[in-house]
Amino acid sequence: MAPDTKRSGAGLVETDLLRLATAGSVDDGKSTLVGRLLYDTKSVLADQMEAVERATQGGGDPDLSLLVDGLRSEREQGITIDVAYRYFATPRRSFVLADTPGHVQYTRNTVTGASTAQLAVLLVDARHGVVEQTRRHAAVMALLRVPRLVLAVNKIDLVDYDETTYLTIAKEFVEIAQSLGYGDSDDTAVVTIPVSAKVGDNVVVPSERTPWYDGPTLLDHLESVPVDGPDAAAPFRFPVQTVIRPRTAEYPDYRGYAGLVGAGTVRVGDPVVVLPDGQRTTIEGIDRFEGSVDSAVAGDSVVLRLADDLGVARGAVIAAADDAPEAVTEFSATLAWLHDKPLVPGRKLLVKHGTHTVQAMITAVLDRLDVQTLAREPDPDGLEINDIGHVAITVAEPLPLDDYDRVAATGSFLVIDPQAGDTLAAGMRA
Amino acid sequence: MTATVETTAHDQLAALESEAIHVMREVAGEFDRPVILFSGGKDSMLLVHLARKAFWPAPVPFPVLHVDTGHNFDEVLSFRDAVVERYGLTLEVAKVQDYLDDGRLTERADGTRNPLQTTPLLDAIADNRHDAVFGGGRRDEERARAKERIFSLRTAFGAWEPSRQRPELWNLYNGRHKPGEHVRVFPLSNWTELDVWRYIAREGIELPTIYYAHDRDVFARDGMWLTSGPWGGPRDGETVVSKTVRYRTVGDGSCTGAVESTATTLDEVLAEVRESRLTERGATRADDRLSEAAMEDRKKEGYF
Ligand SMILES: Nc1nc2c(ncn2[C@@H]2O[C@H](COP(=O)(O)OP(=O)(O)O)[C@@H](O)[C@H]2O)c(=O)[nH]1
Repeated sequence: MAPDTKRSGAGLVETDLLRLATAGSVDDGKSTLVGRLLYDTKSVLADQMEAVERATQGGGDPDLSLLVDGLRSEREQGITIDVAYRYFATPRRSFVLADTPGHVQYTRNTVTGASTAQLAVLLVDARHGVVEQTRRHAAVMALLRVPRLVLAVNKIDLVDYDETTYLTIAKEFVEIAQSLGYGDSDDTAVVTIPVSAKVGDNVVVPSERTPWYDGPTLLDHLESVPVDGPDAAAPFRFPVQTVIRPRTAEYPDYRGYAGLVGAGTVRVGDPVVVLPDGQRTTIEGIDRFEGSVDSAVAGDSVVLRLADDLGVARGAVIAAADDAPEAVTEFSATLAWLHDKPLVPGRKLLVKHGTHTVQAMITAVLDRLDVQTLAREPDPDGLEINDIGHVAITVAEPLPLDDYDRVAATGSFLVIDPQAGDTLAAGMRA
Repeated sequence: MTATVETTAHDQLAALESEAIHVMREVAGEFDRPVILFSGGKDSMLLVHLARKAFWPAPVPFPVLHVDTGHNFDEVLSFRDAVVERYGLTLEVAKVQDYLDDGRLTERADGTRNPLQTTPLLDAIADNRHDAVFGGGRRDEERARAKERIFSLRTAFGAWEPSRQRPELWNLYNGRHKPGEHVRVFPLSNWTELDVWRYIAREGIELPTIYYAHDRDVFARDGMWLTSGPWGGPRDGETVVSKTVRYRTVGDGSCTGAVESTATTLDEVLAEVRESRLTERGATRADDRLSEAAMEDRKKEGYF
């Protein structure tokens, strides 16, 4: 039995979950690759397969890309326009795959898919090698701190399974990834794999046509790569979602704070600070429906009871007393602009940080990132959709913001249009 | 509090459960009048179970809403009422029959009432001023759902506009909406059918008996085993036979098919779902098979 599986009381084998994102430019074969993963892991059921066979033009082998083709408006235009989520499982692991298309709104979609990914699979066409989109995607993955990268060098069949072609592409990509901070430790490893999504080489089944390649297939790698949960070693952070006050006969005086542990570990008795106000207290209890627990870690939904009655409400952040973020009203951040409406500095906006939404204003756009060269262009007029830039923000109430690189859960926020309600940008304190 | 356990489980089902609970608590924190769509079927039972967990030891802070087609299985209706009673829930019912009786809707030629649910559902949402509506939809169910958000914005007419859907990043959900608009919320978005059954088994969640194998008089239509009920029975040339069957979804009895099965326990059902070569919708919902784009169209109109 693999080390990452264990048995539940019910005698079922429990597996873990890997969240991954895929990205590639148009026609690199991403739909075919994702379809291949679903097909070869038998995650495609007979009725779905029949629909694909019916839809495959002119007979022949079923076109696996049709398995992941979404809305009809996209089918009509023959493009994919939005992040789609796919699910597949093997006996060892379950996968949630955010399939991000490489079209017009590329950065918006890649940022969205990357925000929850523990690993990213980037695709290139072996005939074209690393292209502008590849650099762009790798840069976005690095910015969002996706821990691990895989490069699938696809259509290896179309370069006659040539080792030199593969090695040249792999080398160039690894250099780009290293320049972005990947590869200095096992936790940020970069892996390259020669595949043919269409034929199936090295996706799920090892290929005899690439005898020079002795690494894992794509699926082997996805099944065995360590899953990085939200960082349990990071300082404890807990945005309060709602206050639990039953006022029932059984629990007349119960008062608990419900939320998801965003980072770190919390134990009964730990000293904590409630932000932004800064009152100190200790953890009296950690409750779940099943009963009380001694500790909880990042990713757990729990209810905390505090030793003192502090009138904590939704929007507060409970944090480790000895390592808490400072609550600030002015800060700088990296924004990925996601909306057609461009950023105009000085307008009133909203910032949603954790469970707290406050009024905000972007006072200055400091620079704009050229994702191709990774150079920073100073003092741009604003930001437009798919732009990434560094801005200065002022908020109406203090926010306990961490640096995104240190604690992503409390270092990230949304920028929201107060009138239309639309999400305008994804923000990371930097 | 019953027991003290060392720490919490950290497998895949625990991750999905934590995520769903987080979503429900966000809705409690940001909306005024949420409601849970509740048919008594397995996905809605799961929602109620998760809501109990999310707010424990306080009671579930949302009412439940059943859109009643009038084509119900008796077992499911009595199960629905028992659950409402047991957990002290407030039940709202929107009846398709009322709309047929006063002419606001007319019966379809094929007798199926699933497509008729949209109007009573939207009226109930508007009349009760619900601003958030929990549904049990999952992204693995059907291709048009693969891009559905966890918070899905609906217009004042209940319509889903692909272009207005917001990107969802990290676990920060944006539930802002204008007066009259509402948000459909899908806490089970990232679950698969197998996850649902594994979780039901692990948590010991009770389900209506028709989910387990039983003997039933059925007749074949459109490649499914249908049963007689208030919605009608076999047509000329359709012969009734007795089969051992179970249901994989519960819905309008006129178009929900049973599958042949001998699975009488949760473990047996689980084994069957694992082996199944058909999606639950493909296998058992005639209305979803009408056309490839059926679901996408109904969603735009404001169906679940
Ligand atoms: N020969 C070959 N063709 C491929 C491979 N992968 C994809 N294709 C073809 O490349 C075209 C684009 O593939 P598709 O998956 O739609 O690309 P996407 O735009 O990246 O999703 C289609 O005609 C595929 O059949 C491959 O590994 N080898």
